[in-house]
Amino acid sequence: MMARLEPRGQPPRWLSPLLTVTAVAVALVIGAIVLALVGGDPVKSYLHIVKAAFGDIGVLSDTLVKATPLILTGLACALAFRMRLWNIGAEGQFLLGAWGASFVILGLGLPEGTPAIVLIPAMMLAGALAGAIWGIVPGVLRARLGVNEIITTLMLNYVALAWVQFWVFGPWSEGGFQQTATFPKEAWLPRLTDFGKEIPLLSGLTTHLGMVFALIATAIVWFAVSRTRWGYEMRLIGDNARAARYAGIDIRRYIVVVFAISGALAGLAGMSEVAGSVHRLQDRISPGYGFTAIIIAFLAHLGPWRVVVASILFGALILAGREIQPSGVPAMIQGVILFCLIVADVFTRYRLVIARRAAATT
Amino acid sequence: MIDFTLVLAAGVASGTILLFAAVGEIFAERAGVLNLGVEGMMLMGAVAGFSVAASTGNPWVGVIIAMLAGAALSLIHAVVTIHLRAEQVISGLALTFLGSGLARVLGDGLSKAGAIETLPRITIPVLSQIPLLGPILFRDQSIMTYIGFVLVPVAWYWIDRTRPGLNLRAVGERPAAADAQGIDVIRVRYAYVLVGGLLAGLAGATITLAISPGWFGDQTVAGRGWIAVGLVIFAQWSPIRAAIGAYLFGAIFRFIIDLQGVKTIFGFDNPFQAGRSATFFLEMLPYLFVVVVVIIGSREALRRRVGAPAALGIPYVRGERGA
Repeated sequence: MMARLEPRGQPPRWLSPLLTVTAVAVALVIGAIVLALVGGDPVKSYLHIVKAAFGDIGVLSDTLVKATPLILTGLACALAFRMRLWNIGAEGQFLLGAWGASFVILGLGLPEGTPAIVLIPAMMLAGALAGAIWGIVPGVLRARLGVNEIITTLMLNYVALAWVQFWVFGPWSEGGFQQTATFPKEAWLPRLTDFGKEIPLLSGLTTHLGMVFALIATAIVWFAVSRTRWGYEMRLIGDNARAARYAGIDIRRYIVVVFAISGALAGLAGMSEVAGSVHRLQDRISPGYGFTAIIIAFLAHLGPWRVVVASILFGALILAGREIQPSGVPAMIQGVILFCLIVADVFTRYRLVIARRAAATT
Repeated sequence: MIDFTLVLAAGVASGTILLFAAVGEIFAERAGVLNLGVEGMMLMGAVAGFSVAASTGNPWVGVIIAMLAGAALSLIHAVVTIHLRAEQVISGLALTFLGSGLARVLGDGLSKAGAIETLPRITIPVLSQIPLLGPILFRDQSIMTYIGFVLVPVAWYWIDRTRPGLNLRAVGERPAAADAQGIDVIRVRYAYVLVGGLLAGLAGATITLAISPGWFGDQTVAGRGWIAVGLVIFAQWSPIRAAIGAYLFGAIFRFIIDLQGVKTIFGFDNPFQAGRSATFFLEMLPYLFVVVVVIIGSREALRRRVGAPAALGIPYVRGERGA
């Protein structure tokens, strides 16, 4: 008896979502087994995640706060991956974005009391720009010199972290701690709780304007990728670079532009995080958003709206996972989920054929 | 003042870690399988080696278990990419997530394990007396360093001068032709992905059992697995060049640590003293340097029109075009 993989023609529409859900379920079971093996209580841990992430409107709002940077970095990865550009550097681009936004507050010497209407757009611009620069570097290296972007984007993550650490330990340190002073109120993105006086239901909710940025960005990315000529050409490069070259598309330009946009999205995520949630720069500003974003992009099959859904799930995992011991559990489950997704993807493209007689056809 | 003999000796020791990982990755990539999971496999090797050595009191048992742990992870990658023909980039990334998560789960509480018995350090009697090189290469080095010295020529000879090595290269360059010659492409790829896993596990154990004993979570490996992947490109898939790169990086890593310990440089106040914020610029160096060497490797590949094994990243399916 022998098992073989045979390519499917057009897989039925329901197959891919079904396999994706199955993959996540299988991953959770595997995660539970590992948890039980190391002496944890998987049922308690999972129930805890659900309760701590979706239990009431307050924690649901906190989940959305965690989902916000994930949506933006997830879009950054999904966009690059669509062109088969492996931007593994969303983490570094996020950090640079956070730094750029902080620079507007701490480095420009703007007068005290500068209104939000000036500060917030300036921070958005600075954050997106810093992230874009951090994306353009590997983009240009890949486009001009054929340098493997996986290695460069990854290495730049470490450089970005050291760069942020330099500023928060050094010039911007508040009293020797590894963080800057709290930003003035004008630099805070409005939160739902700010409207608590008028609508009591909203008081205490931390979801901030960054969520709106994320949803607008999702709409724009969706439109650009699936409804414009630019998006069509980009997808063509991703699907068949040779055909795109024969069609006269300037692939190198697309590489740099897509890397710039990808970096800008991740940079905006960093800005949204410092301005909307943390209100200061610190070295541990990201629990690995840029890496989780890679898994989110795959879970979403690179679809922008599905990135939003996947981000909320992973936002829950990050929020509730903080309290789960041992601390590696969420990262481990993420790895298992990614593997299960890969296998699920294989079964969308191929069917398993079990032949009783060993390979008589070959 | 910094004693450069000591810095270089320590650099060779620290480079051994990168050497094992890079040579392992060269084997896998020469067979046509890109494995980006080196960081994860190293973390698993590091934690498995350390915890087993701590509980058994025997570092050698730790080394063996570490290698098996690395190989076990690489087996997942092999099944997913060779049999299931999944995208190698994604599977490798997943392996790194899985390995680092699992290592942190298993390593929970290990940071308090205290001192363990490490692998022996040896001075080679005659060779250590060689002027200049002797004290750098052969004085009071860990046994792992010497294993590294042996591994490089063996790996080179195996790949470039033996029949199995020829088969390996054939599988990585022209799998269809290799298949026609009667070489079992699938089996060869499995074998070398596993070799890569064994060596990555060994690299991890070299950190925790020889060069810098202890378990510090993710920071134990701190991106060295990724540096090893970058080194392979710089090395143009040659173990000899990988060794040069690995020792160079080892020296840089050591220099960064040692530079933080001195108060003055040529009479000037040292801005990079431990505890000062400028040290973060030092910490960027190895990673920036990887970018530089990868650019050098890529340029050279363009100029000489050689480079990655032709079938790298492409699953092999008998009878399919382009395989």
